[in-house]
Amino acid sequence: MELVEAIILAVLAASTPLLIAATGELVTERSGVLNLGVEGMMIVGAACGFAGAWLTGSILIGALFGIVAGTMMSLIFALMALGLAVNQVATGLALTILGVGLSGLIGAGFVGERITPAVHLFIPGLTDIPLVGRVLFGEDGFVYVSIALVVGVWWFLYRTRAGLVLRACGDNHVSAHALGYPVLRIRTFAVMFGGACAGLAGAYLPLAYTPFFIPGMTAGRGWIALALVVFSSWRPGRLVVGAYLFGAVTILQLHAQGWGVGIPSQFMSALPYLATVIVLVLLSRARSGGSTAPAALGTVFVPDR
Amino acid sequence: MQLVLEKRAERSGTIALVSPLIAIGLTIVTMVILFALLGKNPLLALHAYFIAPLTDGYSLQEIAVKATPLVMIAIGLSLCYLANAWNIGAEGQFLIGAVAGSWIAVKTQGTDAGVWVLPAMFVLAAAAGALYALIPAICKVKFGASEILTSLMLVYVADLFLDYLVRGPWRDPHGFNFPTTAEFDPVATVPLLIEGGRLHLGSIIALLVVAAAAILLARTIKGFEIRVVGAAPRAARFGGFNANQLIILTFAVSGALAGLAGIIEVAGPVGHLQPGISPGYGFTAIIVAFLGRLNPLGILIAGLFLALTFIGGEQAQIAMKIPLDVTKVFQGILLFYVLACDSLILYRFKLVFSNRQVPRGAG
Repeated sequence: MELVEAIILAVLAASTPLLIAATGELVTERSGVLNLGVEGMMIVGAACGFAGAWLTGSILIGALFGIVAGTMMSLIFALMALGLAVNQVATGLALTILGVGLSGLIGAGFVGERITPAVHLFIPGLTDIPLVGRVLFGEDGFVYVSIALVVGVWWFLYRTRAGLVLRACGDNHVSAHALGYPVLRIRTFAVMFGGACAGLAGAYLPLAYTPFFIPGMTAGRGWIALALVVFSSWRPGRLVVGAYLFGAVTILQLHAQGWGVGIPSQFMSALPYLATVIVLVLLSRARSGGSTAPAALGTVFVPDR
Repeated sequence: MQLVLEKRAERSGTIALVSPLIAIGLTIVTMVILFALLGKNPLLALHAYFIAPLTDGYSLQEIAVKATPLVMIAIGLSLCYLANAWNIGAEGQFLIGAVAGSWIAVKTQGTDAGVWVLPAMFVLAAAAGALYALIPAICKVKFGASEILTSLMLVYVADLFLDYLVRGPWRDPHGFNFPTTAEFDPVATVPLLIEGGRLHLGSIIALLVVAAAAILLARTIKGFEIRVVGAAPRAARFGGFNANQLIILTFAVSGALAGLAGIIEVAGPVGHLQPGISPGYGFTAIIVAFLGRLNPLGILIAGLFLALTFIGGEQAQIAMKIPLDVTKVFQGILLFYVLACDSLILYRFKLVFSNRQVPRGAG
């Protein structure tokens, strides 16, 4: 029983950064913008988040540093892809290349340092319940924030007028523009939200997942988050399922290595990446009837004045 | 105040030529600021980055050595990008090519195998790179899966596979437990062009690849199809060009070139298979392709320039203790400026101070 609880806790911890980053990217993509720079924004968020927490001793300030760093990275993207109408795929790649370099530069001084990781919730009586107590009432703050974030995004997209307008921009920017909505401004906010989430997701890694910073510690999670958005058919509810499934695959391979299954560890480590490829293929195939992607996703929009 | 883009009647030829130069200029200005922020003398740093490597023969050879994989990979990527196929997994294809070619080198080690070894390694590496690139291409064409994500995921898989081989079955028994194969035999090594130097046969192969790509794009129907499918997909459909077939073809060619570059790097400058054989050549080649404006000759120049930043970065680290990551930042910023300046070819940038002053019906 303790093992089951430990596994669920580990899955939640591994899923949370994926869920946060993917939720942000989902909003960005729903507005019609494909920002492939999630990995770059995450890794800068990780470096700045750790720097903030190490300098101030506060996990909260560290998380804020991560959010601000991710947002600033996303503003570079917005300036290029929205302001200057540059190809979004190429800009996103550039953002990732820049992010990897910047995070190395920022984090260089912090390699080998340790911080006290984020505290876990403890409510006497509730957290002690066997099996479910620690899962429901004993997580760190990031886990609860990630759940609130998905619910909030779902409510925003489907229950508010602003969410409807944002989705309209993503499906048909010409019509949205003709109706008088400021397409580029709305998209800029969506890109910034995506950046803030990616920065927070990156900061989660050194602040709660491991209490130290290592260069390249995001290890492709930003790219997996991008794949998760495709997996979710751009719906927040399915994103939760996808993120936890991927977290489970990650933990499964870690445990399998621990159990001494006779498979080389490198093959197990490759599992999450292979799973991403397989899932993308299966989903795209199942959807051959029609795409569920926002219709204007990734296309350049230059308003005629 | 607002920035407004105005579409040009025609794409500007002048700006197409000078835009990479503007981009490099802007990058250097940004780097000066960055060096100053890092507390380094910007002029000395620029000298270490861009001038010092050009002043001695050893560094000049080293630039050509580093440019070799960059140019070969970028030529393949440019074909993909021209055809609007987004292969960003060249790093993985490079590693798989290195692994496949090394297989022959490892298996023939210590035997009296003849001169066929190196050509066989080249052929196998190119084939393996092409096959590895075909995975995302086929997933795209058959199932509609995003080739961007699948090709990138396979980079991590290739990296782990190489790691497994050099720590497991292929590890040099006399290598003090380091994760590396034994040094390749002389018949499995790329010959040097200058006795005792660094320059090797691979650089000649890279030049041949550039020439072949230039002929393909300028003089053949396939090259024309590649350019049309990317630039005007609708026209290409009316013309009866098969876009899916071109995705398969360009991915296979770019995978083969990346794989060949991989084995040349391993059997040339490195001399054995080990993790970390690539300082991100597959990703830097994306910058090379764009900086070279997806044009073979441009890519050759851009490849040499980015190779210079690798060598300059190493020298700046030794001479001035500037962190190596500055080179990556430099490369990222450069790509941003290149893309921004490319926007100038199609649009005019205008600063408008208030939208309300524009009379109705204008524009």
